[in-house]
Amino acid sequence: MKTILIYDGSFEGLLSTVFYIYEYQIDQFSVVKTEEYVANFFDKKEEIISNSNKANRVWKALSTKISANAKRKLYKAFLSELPGIENKICHFIQLAFASKYKIEKDFSNPTILEISKVVKMVDREKHRMDAFVRFRQTKDNIYFATIEPDFNVLPLNSDHFRERYADQKWIIYDVKRKYGLFYNLNTVTTITLEIDEAINNKQNELTFFSDTEVEFQQLWGNYFEHTNIKSRKNTSLHIKHVPKRYWKYLTEKKN
Amino acid sequence: MNFDRINEKLSILADAAKYDVSCSSSGSKRQNKNKGLGNSDGMGICHSYTEDGRCVSLLKILLTNHCIFDCAYCVTRKSNDIKRAAFKVQEVVDLTINFYRRNYIEGLFLSSGIFKNADYTMERLIAVAKKLREEENFNGYIHLKSIPGASDELMREAGLYADRLSVNIEIPTEKGLKLLAPEKDRKDFIKPMEKVKNEIVQYKSEKKLLKKVPIYAPAGQSTQMIVGASGETDAEIMYTSAYFYKSFNLKRVYYSGYIPISYDDRLPSIGTSVPVLRENRLYQTDWLLRFYGFDVRELLNKEHPNLESDIDPKLSWALRNLNQFPIDVNKADLRMLLRVPGLGAKSAHKIINARKFRKLNWENLKLIGVALNRAKYFITCESRVFETKDRTAAQLKSLILSNSNSKFRKDIGPQLNLFDAPNLKTA
Repeated sequence: MKTILIYDGSFEGLLSTVFYIYEYQIDQFSVVKTEEYVANFFDKKEEIISNSNKANRVWKALSTKISANAKRKLYKAFLSELPGIENKICHFIQLAFASKYKIEKDFSNPTILEISKVVKMVDREKHRMDAFVRFRQTKDNIYFATIEPDFNVLPLNSDHFRERYADQKWIIYDVKRKYGLFYNLNTVTTITLEIDEAINNKQNELTFFSDTEVEFQQLWGNYFEHTNIKSRKNTSLHIKHVPKRYWKYLTEKKN
Repeated sequence: MNFDRINEKLSILADAAKYDVSCSSSGSKRQNKNKGLGNSDGMGICHSYTEDGRCVSLLKILLTNHCIFDCAYCVTRKSNDIKRAAFKVQEVVDLTINFYRRNYIEGLFLSSGIFKNADYTMERLIAVAKKLREEENFNGYIHLKSIPGASDELMREAGLYADRLSVNIEIPTEKGLKLLAPEKDRKDFIKPMEKVKNEIVQYKSEKKLLKKVPIYAPAGQSTQMIVGASGETDAEIMYTSAYFYKSFNLKRVYYSGYIPISYDDRLPSIGTSVPVLRENRLYQTDWLLRFYGFDVRELLNKEHPNLESDIDPKLSWALRNLNQFPIDVNKADLRMLLRVPGLGAKSAHKIINARKFRKLNWENLKLIGVALNRAKYFITCESRVFETKDRTAAQLKSLILSNSNSKFRKDIGPQLNLFDAPNLKTA
């Protein structure tokens, strides 16, 4: 019989779940988020309460078994939000605790290889957001961008943008997950906003954004067109690098 | 800012700059300081891609397309009847800053036609970079073109503001240069390159002794060669390339398939297709030299002056050296693993890590990401089933081609299927 472990969807919650697995020596388990849980007749269910103390103990203990880099990879894998990723993370942690060696580079183990592949996908998405964020300057001089990444990568982007745009206020807002990052010239904080649908309409641009904003967008669009070499046209390569789902947030591809 | 006028200049000067292929924005170590704007500390970022599939990382423009030279291969040559324009220094600064703040670009790639003389042009390029660094506290990436023939003092100054400097040698052979750009001399290209190289060497040695040395061109130097404009062989291109890598510590050599832009009968005529496949094979060779431990003489030599177009240069080398294969992936050293067709640098490192835990079999290799359709003829592993037939190079080549799908298939033409597909089971 399998035990369904239900957690609140936070990383702390997941680590608390790992603690629970060891505390009660659960053998067969499946970890799901509260909102994903569907009752069935055969399995036992347990609701896990997030506990920062327990989560910290697991996280600290991991340091004796794997590198800091590998721990970060587990966090990144968690941000993928892929179905079933929690189970793989738990299995990875069990492997790490059970082994005398650092297991993180054993790419012949399917769980470890799988985690490394998911991390690669998350890293790629993070890098895409570093590239595809397009700020627009608002009337009150905040550089504002909306994104809709495949994975929940925004927390990973924070340092990059803080270091780069140290002298301008900016907001990057994840429309899909309904939260954003705001930099106020000193620190980055997590915020939630009511976003008016109208901000993405071309004709409303001047209501929200600075006088020169539209001009610079045009200059950029024009540059983008003129730096293209027509006799080398390669649409499939273009789409491979800039998949269509991102186009609506890219100034140069919007029209 | 007069946006209409700027827009017009931008069209002309972006059009003229786009044949320079370098788009790299990586390899610098310039950190954001004093809460300024920008950072070029990390890896490069491609912010967008044009419809030809090339990355847009830097604002790549000419300061002006007025030019006193008449090089046959160049769109901005003096005799070409095109619209001319010139940016003011402040205009380039404003464009760069405003594009950068919106996260459109990683920085500026500024080149120029040569007006008046080399030093006058170089001074103007430096003025832009200096203004960005000193007045705008800009820490983004700046790539400046070294103008052939520019003085040593100016090249010294350029490196204090720029992350990368480059001078394009354009034509791989001296006889080609004589034919297509008779006013230019190879020595003029080499002079600024030599100066920058020496400055970088000096910077590195001073850095070891002194605490505070102003950073000098932290992302190094690069150059570019046009491919297919002067009838040169692949060997001539790659030997030139290897020479420049070695003599001037270049970070990159770029290969740009010639895009017909002129009716001059010294050049391929307008309408001739861009040699993208050849360009690709040259880049593969370049990678083999820089990351796979190959020597250019192994890949190209008197017997093989040109690369094979239907297979990649590593496979081509392996087929000529079948006596060195098969190798055992569980024992071979990194150098030899890197020489196996279908096995990239990442897979090679994964293999070295993974084989510490257990001996690898076909299944492991497949999951690690090895391209077994090529690699299986050159390796053995922890498995009883492997290719045992003794095949000739020609047989192998045909087998591999019949089992792979090249994106360049249409350029290569149909392959004849001479032999049956191999019957390989995984254990």
